[in-house]
Amino acid sequence: MATVTTPAPASDTSAWSRWANDHRKWLFAAPAMAFVAALIVFPLAWTVYLSLTDAEGSVRAESEFIGFKNYLDVLSDTDRFWPAVARTVSFTGIALLFEVVAGMGIALLLWRPFRGERWVRVAILMPLVATPVAVGMMWRLIFDPNIGMANQLLGWVGIGPQPWLAGKASALPTTIFIDIWQWTPMVALILLAGLTSLSDEPQEAALIDGASTWQRFRHVTLPLVMPTVIVAVLLRGIDALKTFDILYATKGKGGGSFHEVETLNVYAYGLSFDYNEYGVSSTVLIIFFLIIIGLMWALTARRKKEAQR
Amino acid sequence: MKTRTPYRVFRVVALVVVVLSMVAPLLWMVAASFKTNVDIYDSSKALAFSPTLENYTKVLQQANYVQFIGNSLWVAFAATVLSLILGVPAAYSMSRFSMKKSALVVLMARVIPGVSLLVPWYYVFSNLRMVGGFTVLILSHMFVSLPLIVYIMMGFFDGLPMELEEAALVDGLTHIGAFRRITLPLSMPGIATAGILSFIFSWNNFMFALVLSGADTKTLPVAIFDFVGYASIDWGGLMAAATVVTLPIMLIALFVQKYVVSGLTAGATKG
Repeated sequence: MATVTTPAPASDTSAWSRWANDHRKWLFAAPAMAFVAALIVFPLAWTVYLSLTDAEGSVRAESEFIGFKNYLDVLSDTDRFWPAVARTVSFTGIALLFEVVAGMGIALLLWRPFRGERWVRVAILMPLVATPVAVGMMWRLIFDPNIGMANQLLGWVGIGPQPWLAGKASALPTTIFIDIWQWTPMVALILLAGLTSLSDEPQEAALIDGASTWQRFRHVTLPLVMPTVIVAVLLRGIDALKTFDILYATKGKGGGSFHEVETLNVYAYGLSFDYNEYGVSSTVLIIFFLIIIGLMWALTARRKKEAQR
Repeated sequence: MKTRTPYRVFRVVALVVVVLSMVAPLLWMVAASFKTNVDIYDSSKALAFSPTLENYTKVLQQANYVQFIGNSLWVAFAATVLSLILGVPAAYSMSRFSMKKSALVVLMARVIPGVSLLVPWYYVFSNLRMVGGFTVLILSHMFVSLPLIVYIMMGFFDGLPMELEEAALVDGLTHIGAFRRITLPLSMPGIATAGILSFIFSWNNFMFALVLSGADTKTLPVAIFDFVGYASIDWGGLMAAATVVTLPIMLIALFVQKYVVSGLTAGATKG
């Protein structure tokens, strides 16, 4: 930059301000970095340490270093751990699939301007900003087997009452539904931002070539918006894996009496704060964290490949 | 592009279905908050009921919700302001000097499961006898707010042309002076977006407060959770409590919709 040589005005040439000016890069970034380091890096290191101990009970209790015993125990636990992994995977996978498909549908509906657009956008923003715990309670009332609106609606079309959140098999799908209700708008808004940033020319060219609506979507729009789809999957996927609020709000401790909705996050939370099994919970968390990092890494690699095409 | 009539009809119908499915459950919650528990149990009174404020007076007067509203406001406000003070300059540096690795460290906070930090935090802060106080609660919420603010502001600064700052340097301002007098005022839309989003996320946060708040510092989501768990659920009161926590956020979203959407979709369209 040529401007660097410009002399600073006399009022601003104290030694401190010159030093600050020269070191502004780190002066600006350091406080935030220090905060993150203190609250994340150090605690994470401690979690790794705890996962190698038999810490339990009180936080002031003595704990012993036991090596990888927790890891062996957790990885061979087919009673709680692996079912929790399976639930986490199906919760995230199914929710993501529906959210991306429905989100794309909504984004396409909103793509071209229309009258009342503002109000539609406000409406779809509502589930997304609503407090998840309140959302959980709201659906608890709607899905209540005896007094809920859901069974009443089913009754009107001649279908018998369902147990919804109270059922052993239906609880997880019901919470997936709640997640889809709350987060499809998020995916829709991200995809809409992607669609809006596309230029019109490829669409017009395809139209002139006589491509049908489906062909235009499949072969023009979708490939162009694919990088945004991957961002949406990435952002939503991370949060879906970590879903806690609606699960804890609708089913309480341990993901219900049969652990119907106990995902890894709920399992780890329960181990830590309902049962004070700090050592084992840290092990579960480290494994969980590694899974998330792995998935993220895979998706980011995919996104880079997509961006290069 | 011209659209054919059948598609237009389809589009209107589809949009109505989408809007209804998003809004109807929330309206149902608000409606139930104005019903007596007798009416909630009576399906013939689904829509035709005589509204009552009984649930709200119960929640606001007996259940201490006024204090919880205050707690939630204070925690969200403090976490947002402190995160902006730390996050905006950091995002500026990371954007202008392309500090990719540093940015990644801050953004890691968005990826890490909160529970894995809660365990060590709980260890440290309960040994310091700080659990239950506002300080720990605000710090934990900053863990959510700061990465969000850095993420949004980095995108904003990336899109802010350097020419104005360079002109200010030519005019004799220092780099820091140019940041303070030129860049910051120009960044107000970005700061508003980041601040609003941070406030919403902090207001809605449940897990940190569930572990780290005490009887006097309890925030609204935890207070709502505590509403259930006893013998039978007081549905009217619960829905009033749920409405009390959700309504302010929905009003924010209604009035500053543009900021909320741009914050939520920040960085989505970058390559």
